[in-house]
Amino acid sequence: MSNPLYNKHIISISDLSRSELELIVSTAKTLKKTPHPDLLKNRVIASCFFEASTRTRLSFETAVHRLGGSIIGFPDSGNTSLGKKGETLADSVKVISSYCDAFFMRHNQEGAARLASEFSSVPVINGGDGSNQHPTQTLLDLFSIYETQGTLDKLQVAFVGDLKYGRTVHSLTQALSLFDCEFHFISPSALSMPDYIIDDLNAKGCKFTLHDTLDGVIDNLDILYMTRVQKERFDETEYQHLKSSFILSAKMLEGVKDNFKVLHPLPRVDEITTDVDHTPYAYYFQQAENGVYARQALLALVLTNEYGDE
Amino acid sequence: MKKQLKVEAIENGTVIDHISPGQGIKILRFFELAKGPQRLTIGLNLPTSSGDFKDLIKIEHTVFDQNQANQLALFAPKATINVIENFEVVDKFKVAIPESISGVLTCPNSNCISHNEPVDSLFNIKQERVGVKLKCHYCEKSFISGVFREFH
Repeated sequence: MSNPLYNKHIISISDLSRSELELIVSTAKTLKKTPHPDLLKNRVIASCFFEASTRTRLSFETAVHRLGGSIIGFPDSGNTSLGKKGETLADSVKVISSYCDAFFMRHNQEGAARLASEFSSVPVINGGDGSNQHPTQTLLDLFSIYETQGTLDKLQVAFVGDLKYGRTVHSLTQALSLFDCEFHFISPSALSMPDYIIDDLNAKGCKFTLHDTLDGVIDNLDILYMTRVQKERFDETEYQHLKSSFILSAKMLEGVKDNFKVLHPLPRVDEITTDVDHTPYAYYFQQAENGVYARQALLALVLTNEYGDE
Repeated sequence: MKKQLKVEAIENGTVIDHISPGQGIKILRFFELAKGPQRLTIGLNLPTSSGDFKDLIKIEHTVFDQNQANQLALFAPKATINVIENFEVVDKFKVAIPESISGVLTCPNSNCISHNEPVDSLFNIKQERVGVKLKCHYCEKSFISGVFREFH
């Protein structure tokens, strides 16, 4: 039986069903436990970063190498026909897809991956399109939550920081809303969750609360998902005031539950003090490592039928 | 003395009635109705029997197809279309909000990939609590109709 993701494009988290998300998470778990170094032997994967990236590109490329595949591609668009000669993305994609078995891409414009999927002859995996979607970040977040909690269902999850512009928190909220989680959104009012996410949660009957400080919320949580409050969005005085309300330090974790974990998509600046790193609750570096397994899982499912019956 | 509006009847063509006041001019512009040679009559802020106001357009030798009628619904969801032949109404129907609209609108998101690539714009349309929202197929951002320059 073919798995439902075989030969499919992975463009937006909203395209994936609950059972497909569970399949990806369980495949990541399997591949983390049991490496499969020949799964993509003789397959060529294109790594097309029209916009530069560190973690996403390196973990994608590591995932391909760990599965025995070969990589072609570029780390930024500076030396491509698209960047230098004005070729359309549509034409670039038609050509690149004729060379490879799948490609993953990042682009600075919203909708680029969707457009690419309409011109590609092979599956496209979105590694981030402008401020829109970054589905593989959400998949590694889900895998990290599952790994630490043993379930994705009915968890108490808080998001902290820039909830207005952070695409990772939007996508993860949308994904976890399929699992009956309860949400707590903690942000300055100027950076609160956008209306379309709130409307979506209301339409699904999901429970959520809104806060302007971390105080009083932490002790009942299973997952605390921290993000950076971007300095450039505020004047210096306002930023210094806000910063103090949204910084996590080790002493704030004294009453948390045993299963509690702190996640962060990284890079971190100063919103998590380094003393948190030494507590049993810090999981953001393992979360970054899980990017390799989540991306291996996607490549395995999109390019083969090996994991379809699991 | 009772005042009565006199608008000349048309022999063949379309009467778009029950347009929300203020939308008539926008509809003319959007469908480029005033650019052709056909005779056209527009009424703005006409009183209705219920005490409200409406705009109305009569246009000769033009028939709106279903696709155009649905696009019209984005401006005037309560409009009715009367098809006229030999001074008689031969068909009358209400417009309906379409499920999607392709190739007509420009995405208001200036960083959307649809602007500089060989594709038609495409918006999926949803009736939400706050009104009609159009979601771009490419950038996935949702907009109210008022932000599209084509609707101004």
